[in-house]
Amino acid sequence: MIISVASGKGGTGKTTVAVNLALSLNNVQLLDCDVEEPNSHIFIKPLFKRRDPVFVPVPVVDQKKCDGCGRCKEVCAYNAIAITSKKVLIFPELCHGCGSCTYFCPNDALREENEEIGVVEIGRKDRIEFIHGKLNIGKMTAPPVIRAVKKHTSREKTTIIDVPPGTSCPVITAIKDTDFVILVTEPTPFGLNDLSLAVKVVRKLGILFGVVINRSGLGNKETDKYCQREDIPILMRIPFSKKIAEIYSRGGSIVKSLPEYKEKFQILFKEIEKIVSGSNKAGSN
Amino acid sequence: MKIAVSSDSATLKSNVDPRFGRCPYYIIYDTESDDFKSVENKSGQAAGGAGIQAAQMISDMNIKSVITGNIGPNAFRVLSAASIEVYSGATGSVKDAVEKFKKGEYKQTAGPDVGSHFGMGRR
Repeated sequence: MIISVASGKGGTGKTTVAVNLALSLNNVQLLDCDVEEPNSHIFIKPLFKRRDPVFVPVPVVDQKKCDGCGRCKEVCAYNAIAITSKKVLIFPELCHGCGSCTYFCPNDALREENEEIGVVEIGRKDRIEFIHGKLNIGKMTAPPVIRAVKKHTSREKTTIIDVPPGTSCPVITAIKDTDFVILVTEPTPFGLNDLSLAVKVVRKLGILFGVVINRSGLGNKETDKYCQREDIPILMRIPFSKKIAEIYSRGGSIVKSLPEYKEKFQILFKEIEKIVSGSNKAGSN
Repeated sequence: MKIAVSSDSATLKSNVDPRFGRCPYYIIYDTESDDFKSVENKSGQAAGGAGIQAAQMISDMNIKSVITGNIGPNAFRVLSAASIEVYSGATGSVKDAVEKFKKGEYKQTAGPDVGSHFGMGRR
């Protein structure tokens, strides 16, 4: 089973939930797909054994063959090509490496060169297989690095994915093809606003999901009311506690410092298993 | 000579929009006939590459100069390749900006004056 941990708003506790869930399970792998600022490794402290660079194919134009017809610009979905005075201008930092321009060029004037945009690091800590991606500084396109991390998904294991914040392409790339999305929120107006955006995205993708309320006790009751109104299960509440904040700021894990939480995260996992298997049965009927 | 002014709405009374790539309209002004028309910036809401697309559109309209508040590196590269002069730092109404331009009160911009994503309203 693949569980992704997303949020909408940043800083609500995605990494806290992903890391502690992974630490509470057996036969598990943790994939940190927040490749713009990965931080799960700070809490897991894995030993990395392998480092694979991630490349995207970026077009290069052969001016001798190019007649400035503009077909490449028309097919580019990312505004990475401009044509002025019949000359092709390519903006590699906007290129997603989809290959359309090279494929559609009628004059065979474009070829692809690999550009390194990031790296995937693979390691382990005790029972946890740990994989994360790092987007190089100055690069804008996280999805190819996220896809490279997700290639390491093993169907024999429980996979936990730490998703980047927001609701745009990197988030969609990270949660796509997962069996369940945990949406971590905090019960504040900011948390609720971004939660409701994330809910729309997850519903559009048709993935099962539920909410974990972090810093419970802070803010107001609006998040509870929203979940009730929208029929969204609240799977777990992590209290707004100074103790937990201290553990986090030292790079520790809740389940190791406060062992009673291990069972709580295992219950969270069982709840998710129940929802996913229930839906599989419903689907096969 | 046709010039393009980044604008926050579709009339001469509009203000010069500080963002070249993500302004809602361009006022295309003919400095000889004093005719003008407004053009909607369809790529103003693009997820990425708005400046490139906007500069592409301007360069397809046989425009010689651009007047705007700020210009980013990608848009500047496209306009330069199309030999379009850029005058940035303009504020106030589009009408006043055009008058100042005609009197030669603006200095041509030699390079981009803001980084990428300036017009996205964050950071």
